[in-house]
Amino acid sequence: MSVPGTWQFCVRLVRRQLLLAVRRPIEIGNPLLFFAMVVALFPLGLGPAPQMLGGFAPGVLWITALLSNLLTSDSVFRSDYDDGSLEQLLLAPQPLYWSVLAYIGAHWLTTGLLLAMVAPIFALMLNLPLAALGTLVTSLLLGTAVLSLLGGIGAALTVGLKRGGMLISLLILPLYMPVLIFGSAAVQAAVSGFPAGPYLATLGAMLCLAIALAPLAAAAGLRISIDA
Amino acid sequence: MWSFFHKLGSPPWLYAISGVILRWLLPLTLLALAVGMAWGVLFTSPDFRQGNSYRIIYIHVPAAVVALAGYYLMAIAGAINLIWRMKMADVAMKAAAPVGAAFTFIALFTGAVWGKPTWGTWWVWDARITSMLILLFLYLGVVALYEAFDNKEAAGKACAVLSLVGMVNIPIIYKSVDWWYSLHQPASIKFTGDSTIDSSMLYPLQLMIAAFYALFTCCLLLNMRAELLQREARSQWVRKLASAVETP
Repeated sequence: MSVPGTWQFCVRLVRRQLLLAVRRPIEIGNPLLFFAMVVALFPLGLGPAPQMLGGFAPGVLWITALLSNLLTSDSVFRSDYDDGSLEQLLLAPQPLYWSVLAYIGAHWLTTGLLLAMVAPIFALMLNLPLAALGTLVTSLLLGTAVLSLLGGIGAALTVGLKRGGMLISLLILPLYMPVLIFGSAAVQAAVSGFPAGPYLATLGAMLCLAIALAPLAAAAGLRISIDA
Repeated sequence: MWSFFHKLGSPPWLYAISGVILRWLLPLTLLALAVGMAWGVLFTSPDFRQGNSYRIIYIHVPAAVVALAGYYLMAIAGAINLIWRMKMADVAMKAAAPVGAAFTFIALFTGAVWGKPTWGTWWVWDARITSMLILLFLYLGVVALYEAFDNKEAAGKACAVLSLVGMVNIPIIYKSVDWWYSLHQPASIKFTGDSTIDSSMLYPLQLMIAAFYALFTCCLLLNMRAELLQREARSQWVRKLASAVETP
């Protein structure tokens, strides 16, 4: 039997993860529903005055996207850890860096990408100015990718623990905060008519750094969790 | 040199040497703290704008400086544990996390106490203050992750990875007052160029910073000794120590 090359292997991994997600649509739907529900909570809690909601909208959308990402990141490696296929992944000849990146990439495709796609609808419901929609989508696309990568580290470190769910939020929320700051600042700038470019560029720089380093940390975390 | 490095890996040796260090360092630290406090609080002139409330910097600034440095110490100890599998580095990392969290809390608390009369508010969501709060969460995350593992060897490694990842935040905290326009003032003490603080206030502050470093070291060593005793509770040398205490 021939051994697939790294690229081929990663493509197969991503396809497998996506296939698993498509077979269980509720897994894809849950974070989106959560996003919709939490966004709906804010007008109820803050009052429905359109002016005020429009002011809060960048922060509300970003915090909600961050929370729904946090909620799903626990499950990135969980089921494969439970059925033992994660151990096989560690034994595979392909570098773990790329396989981890494939897992996280698949996670982003099924959460962050979709969130960024549906966010404009909720942005309009929250009375966010039309001019800021493009910035919102771009910042979410870049930012949720960083969030998925950071969440992968937390998931890898806690995958062996029985009660990982609560712990993972304590571990990775501090790391999420800079992303939230720049993400919502970008949208805020677009709302007030300032250039959002510098904030988006900073998010892009964070993404580059996270792609380079986060899979390494996540791979180290997986090895530790499997050994434990 | 290498024999020193190898000795560092031996729990009884570390326990003995840390006892010797503490016997000298602890009184010196307390003396420096007492002198620094008395100097700063009693013998410097009040600030021309803030009056006497500025004197809290003699606790606030040293605690903040040491809280940041302590994170580096924790992360580097974690890295040493990951790379060279040194058990004593793991002990140092585990011991540093709660101590660092305490220093961070002191910095935040004294800042709030000072902020009330000066800024008119206990708390602002300002870059420096928020990032120090993140530092507190990073420390607490390491403590919580360590407790969550049953396998303590894996706990040490996992915490090492986490603290190395969190190290990204430390330069951001350090530089936050320069990068963002914030209510918190930029650094007054500079290694290059002139400090923007009068030397009559600077000298006691420097003494207090040194004293807080020493205090951190003392707390760290005490914590490490407790951890060593707990880990090696079944070993020969700890039993010998315990029996020596019981039958004087």
